[in-house]
Amino acid sequence: MTARLSIAQQRARSAWAYLAPLLIALLFVAAWPLLRTIAFSFTDANLSDLTSWKFVGFANYVYLFQDPLWWRSVGNTLLFTLVSVALETLLGLIIALTINAHMPGRGLVRAAMLIPWAIPTVVSAKMWAWMLHDLYGVVNVLFMSIGLIGRPWAWLADPGLSMAAVVMVDVWKATPFMALLTLAALQTLSQDIYEAARVDGLGPVRSFFHITLPLIRPALLIAVIFRSLDALRIFDVIYVLTGNNENTATMSVYARQQLVDFQDVGFGSTAATCLFVIVAIITVIVITLGRVHVSASGGDR
Amino acid sequence: MARSIGFIAVMVALLGGFATPTRAQVTLSISCSSLGIELELCQEGANEWGKQTGNSVKLVATPPNAEERLALYQQLLAAGSADIDVFQIDVVWPGTLASHFLDLTPYIPPEDLKDHFETLTTNDTVEGKLVAVPFFVDAGLLFYRQDLLDKYGKKPPRDWSELTETAKAIIDGERAGNAQLQGYVWQGRAYEGLTCNSIEWVASFGGGTIVETDGKISINNARAAAALTLARSWIGTISPEGVLNYAEEDSRGVFQSGNAVFMRNWPYAWALANAPDSPVKGKVGIAVLPQGAGDGARHASALGGQHLAVSKYSAHPKEAADLVRYLTSAGEQKRRAMKGSFNPTRKSLYDDQELLQALPFLKDFEAVLENAVARPSTVTGAKYSRASSEYVRAVHNTLTGKGTAEENLAGLEKQLERISRGGKW
Repeated sequence: MTARLSIAQQRARSAWAYLAPLLIALLFVAAWPLLRTIAFSFTDANLSDLTSWKFVGFANYVYLFQDPLWWRSVGNTLLFTLVSVALETLLGLIIALTINAHMPGRGLVRAAMLIPWAIPTVVSAKMWAWMLHDLYGVVNVLFMSIGLIGRPWAWLADPGLSMAAVVMVDVWKATPFMALLTLAALQTLSQDIYEAARVDGLGPVRSFFHITLPLIRPALLIAVIFRSLDALRIFDVIYVLTGNNENTATMSVYARQQLVDFQDVGFGSTAATCLFVIVAIITVIVITLGRVHVSASGGDR
Repeated sequence: MARSIGFIAVMVALLGGFATPTRAQVTLSISCSSLGIELELCQEGANEWGKQTGNSVKLVATPPNAEERLALYQQLLAAGSADIDVFQIDVVWPGTLASHFLDLTPYIPPEDLKDHFETLTTNDTVEGKLVAVPFFVDAGLLFYRQDLLDKYGKKPPRDWSELTETAKAIIDGERAGNAQLQGYVWQGRAYEGLTCNSIEWVASFGGGTIVETDGKISINNARAAAALTLARSWIGTISPEGVLNYAEEDSRGVFQSGNAVFMRNWPYAWALANAPDSPVKGKVGIAVLPQGAGDGARHASALGGQHLAVSKYSAHPKEAADLVRYLTSAGEQKRRAMKGSFNPTRKSLYDDQELLQALPFLKDFEAVLENAVARPSTVTGAKYSRASSEYVRAVHNTLTGKGTAEENLAGLEKQLERISRGGKW
């Protein structure tokens, strides 16, 4: 046998060659920082001097798990993710169905819809902070003028309202993203199926649940996973609107406070590592559940 | 394609041509805070120095929120970055950042230094090194609506119960005309500003300064609890609930639009409240903060203010130190006081007639400074931000009604004991 390779081997080899630059880049920008963070989580490193640190074993993890504030921030993050992603999916679906219909000026509406998504988050969050101000904010003025509320609400200060306000701002921002992905999925659907359904006497509501929803489910699921990952790491909206306030602080806010405000790179890295693990676990769960659904609906047909 | 490449080449050549400094000797970077009109004043001062010396100065705008600025500085300095030559630092930071700053003793004339308040220069001297020079001094002040007080025949309050009474009387009378009117606005967001606000309440009741200079944790006492309970009673009565998310500019926004009788703020708000476009122009009075009740009662203002320091990593330390000398000079401090009501740190300016006329509160300010309470940043050292954030949490929880003042302060004491390893810091 000479050194000549089979075609399959050659292909595999060139595939690796093409992938190599990407893999190396990923190693540098993703794997290295991640491993470094995990390594720091076992030390007492301080931001003012990163060169001197001691190995402390699992002490940081023990300390973290005993901190009620950490669990509070985990709870806040999960609540935020669940509510905001659910609302965004629902609203995104409704909006996508609406602008999927043929109507004049559809292109304009689609472009306008993307504006909230296009504004940098810090800018839009600051804008909302002013609009939600209890005394000079436009939201209270508006709600009071239509009689929805009797007196100005302290949206961002009231512990019972601040989470709702934060979710509202995130929904405003991220719904266009969901709507766009859903719209893309809707546009791949062929009109023939709907015509057949109409001939068979299927109403619009039933054709939505029996045809549209099952067909766009895979795309919808991807969108939900993307949004959930984003929401689990949420930082900017919350930090701008309510700062380190424990009523809305998420895991990222908690980790940042330890890392930056307290300069505690060791402990902050522990929190960041746990954040990473939690996000990874949830992603695996969602993907697994999603697969089950997809194949089940395929089996039905 | 070829044309667009040609276009890009021309653009690059042009930009390159502009970017090359034609004559300036050195270019310095200075970081300035952006609270109110601070940035504008800083730019003007730096430009003037540049004109006089033939150098140029680049301004780096940093967040108005002190904690965020500190975090940014620590990252830059920890990396040994030479990007910023002159740093505007808070009065509580010299201890934390001293190791990164140049000793300015050789650059600042001794007679210049002697003109500054001694408490401030002492604050800036760390282990015999002059790590910063006072730029302006701050103390919490009570702003009030002179026109409303006159209308109801009231005087500026001497203690907190008078403030509460006056505020209630005025809002009861005025609400028919202005439903938005609030009695008292301050800074209640969970951030460093709440540390300043609440240390004033606690100290005004004689409740100490959280951690005493010997490291003893003193915050869990009945006077401190009484002070916080009082502040809790304001929420929803004379202060809006929203105050719990207000920083300096939020409260100024409410007061300056004519929607509050009283406001606690730093002196910078004076110039802005009296600016030509201000709805409350000429209707504002200013006083020391009210005192508490009981036998420890006193007037107390949190000591604030900003200082200028030169980075050890600067490529042009001599020029940078000269810029600091210029910006802290009597002439520049006077200009900043006239235009932006940033209080001078030089004693000689407190006799300046022109300045006293522009800033009527200046004549009492020396007395305010004598009563000023410093936050416990020296004794807690590197653990200050952690201690302060625990304190803020306890206070904010009390104000939102999550637990009583007594419960929260007892919990805080335990936390501080743990952070400081039993008061050893």
